Amino acid sequence: MSAVQPPRDEMRLLGTRIPYVEGPLKVTGRAEYTDDIKRPGMLVGRLLRSPWPHARLRSIDTRAARAMPGVFAVLTGEKYPTPFGVLPITHDETAIAVDKARYIGDIIAAVAAQDELTAERALATIQVDVEVLPEYTDPRVGLAPVAEPIHARGLAGTNIQKEVVQHFGDVDAAFVKAAVQVRVRGNFAGVTHAFTEPMATIADATPDGRLTVWSATQVPHYLHRSLSEVLGIPMHRIRVIKPEVGGGFGGKSDPLPHEIVCAALAIETGRPVKILFDREDVFLTNHGRHPTQNDVRIAADAEGHLLAYDIEALIDGGAWSSFGTVTTYYNGVLSMGPYQVPNFRYKGRRVYTNRPPSGAMRAHGGTNIRYTIEVALDELAEKIGMDPFALRELNALPPNSKTINDFRITSTSFRQCLAASREKSDFVTKWRKLPYGEGVGLGCGFYISGSNSPIHFTPKMPQSTVHLKVDMDGGIAVHSMQADIGQGSNTLLAAIIAEVVGVDLDRVHVVRVDTDVSPIDLGSYSSRVTFMMGNAARRAAEQLKEKLVHAASQLTGYPPEQLQVAHERIHVRHRDDVGVTFIEALHKAMETAGALTATGAYSSPPMGGSFKGARAGTAPAYSFAAYVAQVKVDTDTGEFRVSKVWAAFDCGRALNRLAVEGQIEGSIHMGLGQLMGESMNYRGARLLNPALLEYKIPMPFQMPEVECLLVGDDDPEGPFGAKEAGEGPLIATLPAVANALYDAIGVRFYDLPITPDKVVKGIEDREREGRAWKGA
Amino acid sequence: MTPARLRLAINGHPVEVTCPPERILLDLLREDLNLTGTKRGCDLGTCGCCTVLLDGRPTLSCLTLAHLAEGHAITTIEGVSPAQGLNPVQRAFVEHGATQCGFCTPGFIVTGTALLKENPHPTRDEVERAVSGNLCRCTGYTKIIEAILAAAESP
Repeated sequence: MSAVQPPRDEMRLLGTRIPYVEGPLKVTGRAEYTDDIKRPGMLVGRLLRSPWPHARLRSIDTRAARAMPGVFAVLTGEKYPTPFGVLPITHDETAIAVDKARYIGDIIAAVAAQDELTAERALATIQVDVEVLPEYTDPRVGLAPVAEPIHARGLAGTNIQKEVVQHFGDVDAAFVKAAVQVRVRGNFAGVTHAFTEPMATIADATPDGRLTVWSATQVPHYLHRSLSEVLGIPMHRIRVIKPEVGGGFGGKSDPLPHEIVCAALAIETGRPVKILFDREDVFLTNHGRHPTQNDVRIAADAEGHLLAYDIEALIDGGAWSSFGTVTTYYNGVLSMGPYQVPNFRYKGRRVYTNRPPSGAMRAHGGTNIRYTIEVALDELAEKIGMDPFALRELNALPPNSKTINDFRITSTSFRQCLAASREKSDFVTKWRKLPYGEGVGLGCGFYISGSNSPIHFTPKMPQSTVHLKVDMDGGIAVHSMQADIGQGSNTLLAAIIAEVVGVDLDRVHVVRVDTDVSPIDLGSYSSRVTFMMGNAARRAAEQLKEKLVHAASQLTGYPPEQLQVAHERIHVRHRDDVGVTFIEALHKAMETAGALTATGAYSSPPMGGSFKGARAGTAPAYSFAAYVAQVKVDTDTGEFRVSKVWAAFDCGRALNRLAVEGQIEGSIHMGLGQLMGESMNYRGARLLNPALLEYKIPMPFQMPEVECLLVGDDDPEGPFGAKEAGEGPLIATLPAVANALYDAIGVRFYDLPITPDKVVKGIEDREREGRAWKGA
Repeated sequence: MTPARLRLAINGHPVEVTCPPERILLDLLREDLNLTGTKRGCDLGTCGCCTVLLDGRPTLSCLTLAHLAEGHAITTIEGVSPAQGLNPVQRAFVEHGATQCGFCTPGFIVTGTALLKENPHPTRDEVERAVSGNLCRCTGYTKIIEAILAAAESP
């Protein structure tokens, strides 16, 4: 598995700043997103959403809708009742509600009509008779048996979707001998992805018995499976195409009900159907970061060695499971880095409520728990009288180590991250020395570089496969089901091929994801693509290179081991003048076989302990981060501005620096949003702010200057030494800013978002209690 | 309501269409004229993805009735794009990695192109103000601002 990395100076392309290959299409408006596609005879699909948070559906009268001219189909839940969900162990969703509506926004009927207006009018005629059921919006209530559990599968008559209990070492004994401890409670409002492209799906069921679905998805393969399971059509007769996707961040990483409904309407009508979401639909579909409460106790000895974590998490899941079982594990186990913690106890419960489902959002399961721990560690360091860097350096996980819960740590450049952010931010001269209202703070991060366990285990197959095809034109067509959602994975895929084969980037064309021709890659989630697709791509390219070198050997008469690939050429080692061009080698290789093909695949190595849930959080590599943020607070209004973030990040070797910087800058934006103001606000079960005016993401003037410090050593198993950079960069943002706020005004915040009113109240409380602002 | 005739110029070409009075400019562009470079992000004037130029000024096409554009010149992302190659703002966006998912990009390009036409050497603050009606969730705006400033510097 371990591959020898070529020295950096031998790489032509990787490691530089590579503009995105599809950039020219995107800047001219020529990139094709799902809603840009029209099919002949296409109908409009529309969804009737539940106005009730929890209701038994007694009858649905669709006769008037069916009788309307221009209406081609009306669907209710009983036609396709097979449950589905992204995780095979928690199939609790249906395409359309079957017996109950479980939140305001649950789909209870669907219409396909000739146009939007007709579809809307048809929906308005549908009569739904319901028995209103008790609504549950407080996850604490759902911990005990309830009169009407939201799902029958809730634990023993409660609304608990998943309970995780883990204990490693002896936490109680560690707390007995601890010299110092902190105990805090973190509270986190739900936040959502707020990608700019609303979901859109087109489906066409054709007379040849095939179904084609175009959809804005991060997981074409999981969508492919779910369509097959629910609609009862074998996978080989379904074709899923992923056009450009206008952002996902986890919000398009579940197979979603509307995608299946769209296909069902296409089957019913025999016509292509499009379902396009408006912004309210997007908010109601949600799958964002879970509203969470976490109780964290940390024990340390007098020198600052961490002795134990004791964590309890209560997670509001909303109406469905989605990724919730994973979320429940992650809120505990992702606390196991970047520090060595010898004793660890965790109890996590995710509870169904009658609210829009939560799911996976960028840095899924790692963000909230990391925030609480990093702010608590700042508090702990202060109690011990240590500087926050020293505490973290003392406890840093070393390379090639194991955590108490059996995570395999290979590469880590966490200490380099600490050193870089401390030095570049001039932390030592600023910390506790800036005037009142200004401060600096440190926050650290740790995240999986791809989940080691695929979501589906049957059949056993690699997590990523890449196919190449080269014909006499010398263009390399690349097929892979990895889903570029804007993070630049197509560019990386093309660059890896070009690097290995030695050709110009414009010879390589990444073909749009199409399940008819793309070999399976599990999709864009869990920060897996660079690592897993990258390795698969490298292997495919090596195989192609081997064929070309063999042909060059025949042409030159030199044995393959004496040949090397150079720019668009293959020549004899140390004899640049003796060789053939790429095209000459290609045409020679094609003489008997025709177009060349090559394939590469990646499977992660076996890992993890043998206890229940041991695979959760295992990854072939982990990213590490240490960020310093500098803030300035208006102590009268409570508004604050983050002026700069020094983002030291270990993604192993950065293969496309432009893309890695883009991921870090975008992550900081998203992290700041959650910290400073984003919040899904509810009155009972009703979402009050399903629009981008009321759910505000940061504006340009709220963005800090960002200095990216890429200090990672090569990872031994990552492609060319790379690890993930898609999600990990978010996590450290929030605690860095919160700890800077403490440095600025002497107030700790454990309740997110930190809105100006909380800042003002925090200052007033501190002054009333007579505490000094620098904690001195 | 009764469709009525509408005359306007789109990307320099005179266009005559018949559409109902409630037709939104964004729908006219995307649905009737197949100019799909202009994106629909929110339908509520909050995201800026649908920005076009009305007589050279950035305008939210999702909040503009098509008939209010009668007699005016509309420029879309297709109109600011040269037949071959890219305009300086577009080139800078590609080189600086200012487009990730790309869905907000046409709105930013249209806004940025209009800004540089009116103010060829804006300050960072002026660029931030100019694009404050456009949301981007991928880039944190960092490389977008950089790209517009770089385009202003480019020959």
